[in-house]
Amino acid sequence: MIDTQHSLPLGFVRGEPIFDQPEDLYIPPEALELMLDLFSGPMDLLLYLIRRQKMDILDLPILKITEQYMVYVDMMRELKLELAADYLLMAAMLAEIKSRMLLPQKHDDEDDEGDPRAELVRRLQEYEIVRAGAQQLDEQPQQERDYFVAQAYTDARDLAGQTPAEVSLEELGLALAKVMQLVQVQAHHQIKREHLSTRERMSIILSRLDDQGSLEFQQLFSPEEGRSGVVVSFLALLELNKEGLIVLTQAENFSQLYVRKATRVDASPWQQDESRDF
Amino acid sequence: MISEQQLKQLIEAAVFTAEQPVTVDQLLSGVLANFSLNRPRVRQALEALQNDYRDRGIELVEVASGYRFQTRAELAPALVHMWPERAPRYSAALLETLALIAWRQPVTRGEIEAVRGVSVSTQIMKTLQERGWVKIVGHKEVPGRPALYATTKAFLDYFSLTSISDLPALAQERPELIDLDEAAAPQSGQAELLTDTRERDAEEETKA
Repeated sequence: MIDTQHSLPLGFVRGEPIFDQPEDLYIPPEALELMLDLFSGPMDLLLYLIRRQKMDILDLPILKITEQYMVYVDMMRELKLELAADYLLMAAMLAEIKSRMLLPQKHDDEDDEGDPRAELVRRLQEYEIVRAGAQQLDEQPQQERDYFVAQAYTDARDLAGQTPAEVSLEELGLALAKVMQLVQVQAHHQIKREHLSTRERMSIILSRLDDQGSLEFQQLFSPEEGRSGVVVSFLALLELNKEGLIVLTQAENFSQLYVRKATRVDASPWQQDESRDF
Repeated sequence: MISEQQLKQLIEAAVFTAEQPVTVDQLLSGVLANFSLNRPRVRQALEALQNDYRDRGIELVEVASGYRFQTRAELAPALVHMWPERAPRYSAALLETLALIAWRQPVTRGEIEAVRGVSVSTQIMKTLQERGWVKIVGHKEVPGRPALYATTKAFLDYFSLTSISDLPALAQERPELIDLDEAAAPQSGQAELLTDTRERDAEEETKA
């Protein structure tokens, strides 16, 4: 028990400190309405009544508790009808247990139902655990209430979502060298010299990109055409790139190059403005 | 090779810039992938970092999903003035429902109701799921196939827990059905109570 000599008084009545809570404190109905919000349900109320009687859950005085419970429920029904349903269910259960306790106990083992209070006692014990758990949970440091997560801002995520870095001239050269290697492998083919138009090649590349969206760098070359054909394709790509009609992308250094048609977004802001104006 | 100093710096930078708490494994396979390090070494560096932050306004803590930096709890009353919104306060009913799910998961709505003695509020279940603290992990193979609810790592993170058993109350087993006669209940008091009731009932019958 708490040493009342050294604990703080509960309050003062006419200047006299009050240490002990009066037994069976009368709760006026108006206060009960406020108290109702304190109980989170019938189990909570029941537990409160048992505690107030300084009773052990294990020797649950079912009669006394049922009576007191009913007093509260009757008051509640006058005050807050919609709440009553859950509380009434508990009242019915208490009444049932009470009446089963009143029945003379049969002492044959065949029909041993056990103490009718057993299930309720277990529920009360379970509820006590849950209530203690809820309280401990509330005492835990909570985000937004007791602490805030600290983070440093980085724009890494934004960059990752953007178009991969621009392809350098060296990378282009390396990619061309690869294509040229393929040409050399097939060098024994005799190719008839013909006039190759860079502009025409540009149109061919554009229409292919139109159909297929994005292509690997190498797919745009036909090694069968020989060096000159490859060079024309390469010049066409450079020209298209210069005119902002295609975009060359690469996931990371020395990886595959990709070619795709430039979209409005890729175009310079100046061009965008113009198109909007007209 | 990587020096102790560099290791701490890398971990610090990684945890700070990550959007979620970071685990030791994530550090090993991510930012530390190119250095052949083992878990104990990384844990050691994390502990050293925690020490470095001991007197700072920010601390390095381990929660269910990993390590994260957060502001010190003592600073919260002052820090809340930085934002106009107040921290939400959770009702006893919500916390009880949450504690119950945490304790008995995976658990059905019916089982929650049985313990709390109250029908489970749809609003509370909605809030718990919206906050990402509770999710449906399956269905119980009984008629009606009720949903089974469980708590999430996000729930543990929010309440600064690494596991449910951090809460002593919820580390307990479900109480057994006990034989009340053997549970040291005073038999005499019991009998008295019963006679009492019978007399009263008889009285009422005569009145009626």
